[in-house]
Amino acid sequence: MDYTQFLNMPAELSLLAVIVIVFIADLLLSPCGEGDSCRCSCPCRGRLRGVLPVVLMIAHTVLMLLPCSPLSCCTGAEAFGGMYVSTPMMHLVKALLGAGVVIVMLMSARWLSEPENAGKAGEFHELVLFTLLGMYFMISSGHFLMFFIGLELASIPMTALVAYDKKRYESAEAGAKFILLALFSSALLLYGISLIYGATGSLYFDECGLWLDGSLLSTLALVLFIAGMGFKISLVPFHLWTADTYEGAPTAVTGYLSVISKGSAAFVMLTVLEKVFGASEFVDIWNRALFWIIILSITLANLFAIRQHNLKRFMAFSAISQAGYLVLGLCGGTAQGMTALVFYLLVYMAANLGAFAVLCVVERHSGKIGISDYDGLYATNPRLAFLMTLCLFSLAGIPPFAGFFSKFFIFMAAFKAGFHLLVFIALVNTIVSLYYYLLIVKAMYINKSDAPIAPFRSDCPTRIALALCTLGVVLCGLLGCIYNYIDTLSCGL
Amino acid sequence: MEYTLYILLLPFLSFLVLGLAGMKFSHKTAGIVGTLSLAAVTVLSYVTAFEYFTADRVNGVFATVVPYNITWLPLGSLHFDMGIMLDPISVMMLIVISTVSLMVHIYSFGYMHGERGFQRYYAYLSLFTMSMLGLVVATNIFQMYLFWELVGVSSYLLIGFYYTTAPAIAASKKAFIVTRFADMFFLVGILIYGYYCKSFGFDFNAEGFAQGAFMLPTALVLMFIGGAGKSAMFPLHIWLPDAMEGPTPVSALIHAATMVVAGVYQIARLFPLWIQYAPEAMSIVVWVGVFTAFYAAAVACAQSDIKRVLAFSTISQIAFMMVALGVCLPGHHGEVIDNHASLGYMASMFHLFTHAMFKACLFLGAGCIIHAVHSNEMSAMGGLRKYMPVTHITFLCSCLAISGIPPFSGFFSKDEIITACFAYSPVVGWIMTGIAAMTAFYMFRLYYGIFWGTENKELHAHHTPHEAPLTMTLPLIFLTLVTLTCGWAVNFGSFVSASGEDYPIHLDTQIAVTSTVIAICSIALATYIFKGERQPVAEKMKAAAPSLHRWAYKRFYMDEVYQFVTHRIIFKRISTPIAWFDRHIIDGFFDFLAWGTHRLSLAVRGLQNGSVQTYAYIFLLGVLALLLILTF
Repeated sequence: MDYTQFLNMPAELSLLAVIVIVFIADLLLSPCGEGDSCRCSCPCRGRLRGVLPVVLMIAHTVLMLLPCSPLSCCTGAEAFGGMYVSTPMMHLVKALLGAGVVIVMLMSARWLSEPENAGKAGEFHELVLFTLLGMYFMISSGHFLMFFIGLELASIPMTALVAYDKKRYESAEAGAKFILLALFSSALLLYGISLIYGATGSLYFDECGLWLDGSLLSTLALVLFIAGMGFKISLVPFHLWTADTYEGAPTAVTGYLSVISKGSAAFVMLTVLEKVFGASEFVDIWNRALFWIIILSITLANLFAIRQHNLKRFMAFSAISQAGYLVLGLCGGTAQGMTALVFYLLVYMAANLGAFAVLCVVERHSGKIGISDYDGLYATNPRLAFLMTLCLFSLAGIPPFAGFFSKFFIFMAAFKAGFHLLVFIALVNTIVSLYYYLLIVKAMYINKSDAPIAPFRSDCPTRIALALCTLGVVLCGLLGCIYNYIDTLSCGL
Repeated sequence: MEYTLYILLLPFLSFLVLGLAGMKFSHKTAGIVGTLSLAAVTVLSYVTAFEYFTADRVNGVFATVVPYNITWLPLGSLHFDMGIMLDPISVMMLIVISTVSLMVHIYSFGYMHGERGFQRYYAYLSLFTMSMLGLVVATNIFQMYLFWELVGVSSYLLIGFYYTTAPAIAASKKAFIVTRFADMFFLVGILIYGYYCKSFGFDFNAEGFAQGAFMLPTALVLMFIGGAGKSAMFPLHIWLPDAMEGPTPVSALIHAATMVVAGVYQIARLFPLWIQYAPEAMSIVVWVGVFTAFYAAAVACAQSDIKRVLAFSTISQIAFMMVALGVCLPGHHGEVIDNHASLGYMASMFHLFTHAMFKACLFLGAGCIIHAVHSNEMSAMGGLRKYMPVTHITFLCSCLAISGIPPFSGFFSKDEIITACFAYSPVVGWIMTGIAAMTAFYMFRLYYGIFWGTENKELHAHHTPHEAPLTMTLPLIFLTLVTLTCGWAVNFGSFVSASGEDYPIHLDTQIAVTSTVIAICSIALATYIFKGERQPVAEKMKAAAPSLHRWAYKRFYMDEVYQFVTHRIIFKRISTPIAWFDRHIIDGFFDFLAWGTHRLSLAVRGLQNGSVQTYAYIFLLGVLALLLILTF
């Protein structure tokens, strides 16, 4: 075997290096047992333990984004006989996911440094990084086996993350629900993959694509594949776990789950649909499936979101509806759709993580997470309220912010692919979504409260995270070159 | 002539600086910043004019120079450009605007001294000056329209400068709405023009114009409506008298010398099109102008607020310029534009120039008077000549100029207008002569009312009127000097004329003598009636025709007519039903949607019951349903 092939996967190697370093550092720097107080006196040790993973991840992401670093990937690459495939677009998505992880780490930094989490902060970082590695492999897979391993690597540590507050009942319950349904969906997905193998005799994406033709067998495989991915992206009717899990999981994990896990799955779904089910007669079939799934996702999620009182549950339904818009980019499987999808992902990441960062910091300082608890937030914490408004406006798609452009591009792509009715329904739904996003804005700015959340100063890492998100929300809207850059990459899928 | 770009950039920069950081400056610094930038603009304008007019003529005309032109917004075959175009009239306008604006900047130092929002005032003045300069140097009709609207906005801001007083707010809104209403026609005209002629530019030799010729009269008349709104032609004049609520220097700059002549400038700019493709439509311009001139002169005879008198006199004088443009005729000898037949063009521009100077001087003088007696009403004045000698003399000179007495500038320009009118039709000529006589009459009624007549001892007991400070009198003196000399010292026709060729102005002795005699007669009449301590003749005239006086004083109830049409007819008969439809049908539909969404969300709530088994079932059912959909 030619070991130099490993050099074709620099992103994964670098992430793996980060994981190993963080792991060893965590071992060396971890606080000792209760009786042994000799080495715990040094405060910088604990701080280093918190800072190291973030710094390494930032370095990793920056190296991936810089055009002429050893991690950059200007042309496509393959390894292990096509099991591993990488294109510039995949590379970009991986870098974006890495940036998302940085933000998640920043916003959870203070939460992890609290005494109750002191012993397990390292676990959090490890688990997050492992899921990210799983997503990297999933994105770059050229073979169903590789794909499935990546998928599982991304979802099993996720369960541990959801149940991170294992002493808290809701967190444990959320973890249980998540793992059960994740296994269920994985089983169905595996069944689908086995049908594909049965129909084509191969598990390589390229070869499967040549043989699958829209017969009943392959249609069943397609449905099972969509169901499996639909679970990950939380599309209706495979979404039911979302609300309970989002509510129970620690807020930072919910943010992670709602953006990064979802975004990677959506991207993979697009590439696999393109490569494996890309035969022309097949495209119509999955377009029909997506049609119903998107309508249901957007509409039902909106209907549920209107009635929520808990912000995390609310964000869950908002995320389902956003997933519907995201998948809208898949329709037709055009290059423009892919550009729009990646751009949407970028903007959605900035806006949603920004909103979650606010939720996170407010929850830690006041323990409150209900919508009515946010009454009068503007009076006490004007800056946070303003940032939250910015993010919510972007999520709702109000013009000056990036969210408007990302929705616009997605609609454009779907419209050009011929999905006029779908775009119309999605447009109507944006109005409904505006209503519930504005409910929160109204609570913060207009509603009066007898016991508003007391003013507080947010910690430094959260501020950085918020600044990054705000920058994303504003800049992606203003700089047309970002979209154009993504567009140049999308032709090579 | 690349430096012309700074003519636009400097005032814009000073607007930004004063507008954004003005509150950090003291009043004095803000004023100096504004005034210095304007002084630089004035110098640049003069240099531009000097360089432009001393350049050699090409085929007897001054070549059009375009130092800047960028395509700002391409739209298929059409494109909107932004640039600077120098030709005789735009250079002439540069001089007018920068001179008057500089005078107003200096004058405002004294007039606005200690006012709250002094910095804001200078910021707005800069914005206005920038927009007005941009309007005149526009390379195409669309750029002109953009700056036209900017001018409207800055006028709105300046009229409403005293935004805490109700009349100022009402007046600013009125001005903005009325001119915007007219601008709508302007825009439609522009679009028709662009659509049929395939161009927005001012290069009228292009082929598109011949193709679009059949729509050009419509487009031009629509644009004229826009111009009539800005230039306060009847019946769109109603905003201008109310606009006097703004600070007096603003009235001098915007509502006397520069912005209100934008309509005249627009017609002059498109003059080759009017004369070539729509000569019949020009009679509309003539008759609207004639009626407005007469109407405004009649109203001015009865007003008691000195700024109102000046406002109506402005309307009347702008109508003179409009009439002068309208009475131009196509040339006789094959050429479309002939200097002799189109004498009105030159006359109109000449009058624009002279009027800007003496009317600004009158307004600034009125500002000094108001500053001294703290009132706009003539009843509070009288006998002021003893207290305010400089204001008195300059005001008198300007009154003589506007009345058309030689050797003041107004005589020369008005004489050309009346000559052009007689060439068009003797009827128009005689009417305009009559209106010129009315002008002399009401101006001297104003003059005697302010500086002669009974002194208001009661008022002056508390507070003796005094001459204005030097910053205010200097601009008056400067403008008076210009008024005194510019009529005879330079030959305006050699700079601006219809065809661009040198046109030596020569006075038509017959008309000059007639109009001077008539003007002197009406001044004498005004002296007889209004000069004395008591005014028995005026009282008697008022008593003899009380209703006429009341109608004229109430401006022939035009405001009430507007009030009736808008409130009673448009609002009540048209808007109310539409509002009802909007509130009940349209809103009702959306309320129904919201209600439906709400009900539906209640109905589907049971789906999310928290049990994992149910979730798995639904998951599986979803898969099956999807399969069913896809296979059948």
